[in-house]
Amino acid sequence: MIWLTIGGMAILTLAIRSSFLVFGQTLQFPAWLERALHYVPVAVLTALVLPMALAPQGRIELSAGNPYLLGALVSSLVAFYTRNTLLALLLSFMVYAALRALQ
Amino acid sequence: MLLVSGVRDTVPMMVGAAPFGLIYGALAVAHGMPLAAVLGMSLLVFAGSSQFIAVSLIGAGAGIVVIWLTTLVVNLRHALYSATLLPYARSWPLRWRWLLAFGLTDETFAVTEHHFRVHGGLNGHWFQLGSTLAMYLNWLLWTLIGATLGHALPQLGHWGLDFAMLATFSAIVAPQLRRWPYLLAALAAGSVALAARGLPYKLDLMLASLVGVLAGMLAESRGVRA
Repeated sequence: MIWLTIGGMAILTLAIRSSFLVFGQTLQFPAWLERALHYVPVAVLTALVLPMALAPQGRIELSAGNPYLLGALVSSLVAFYTRNTLLALLLSFMVYAALRALQ
Repeated sequence: MLLVSGVRDTVPMMVGAAPFGLIYGALAVAHGMPLAAVLGMSLLVFAGSSQFIAVSLIGAGAGIVVIWLTTLVVNLRHALYSATLLPYARSWPLRWRWLLAFGLTDETFAVTEHHFRVHGGLNGHWFQLGSTLAMYLNWLLWTLIGATLGHALPQLGHWGLDFAMLATFSAIVAPQLRRWPYLLAALAAGSVALAARGLPYKLDLMLASLVGVLAGMLAESRGVRA
């Protein structure tokens, strides 16, 4: 049963991921769709990130006692100004760990 | 060498994904999944968030159809990635497109889409392969380590592993917010995601993404200065 579950998940995921890449060869995108797709990464990732940072436990925590919020801010600011993802990760992990240790 | 560049540009994502592989492996073992199935899911499905959700659903005794439906909804965003990469992938051989579609994770998409946009997509399948292989082997390795150590580290969630995804995605998004339409897209998507959080089946994510994309397009067509 577990392997049937996994097999179905694998087929579904591959079907989704291959949808356009494999079968979209003959599709021509209208210009508006091509434009729309430019905004997909920013929109999806922000939609993932913001609730995790602002409401890690489900309710909004706008305070210095929220290590997720401060850690994400550090990560964002370092990445914004330096474009160095690894540095952003390292510094934000340090801030996050320090805040957790203080709690 | 594009293969090597693909691996190199993916290193930060590997660092970000490592804790997820670790905690997925540990979590799956803790829910009573046999080691072969824990590894098999990473090997065959290779989609972190849906693997997490599947494990918790399996642990809760959910039916197979529920697990499949959830996988479908949670991974639907990958169809958008697939479509976004298609303009660059038209020249890739068919076998390559199957292979690279299999490995189209959030992280690889973020890395390769950025690379193609900045450097163009010439021979992009080699870059895509480098990123895919790096993420895949990294995911398998950390899944294995997590499953092996699972019993020894029962409190993994308290070690900040849930912070890893947050930090990684923040660092990916932030540099893209220099242009107004993108910033507005992010603000709209983030606000809706926050307001609609907790909707079942991650529908909040789909809704917020849709609104964000629309906001970006609207800003662009209204000529908001880039």
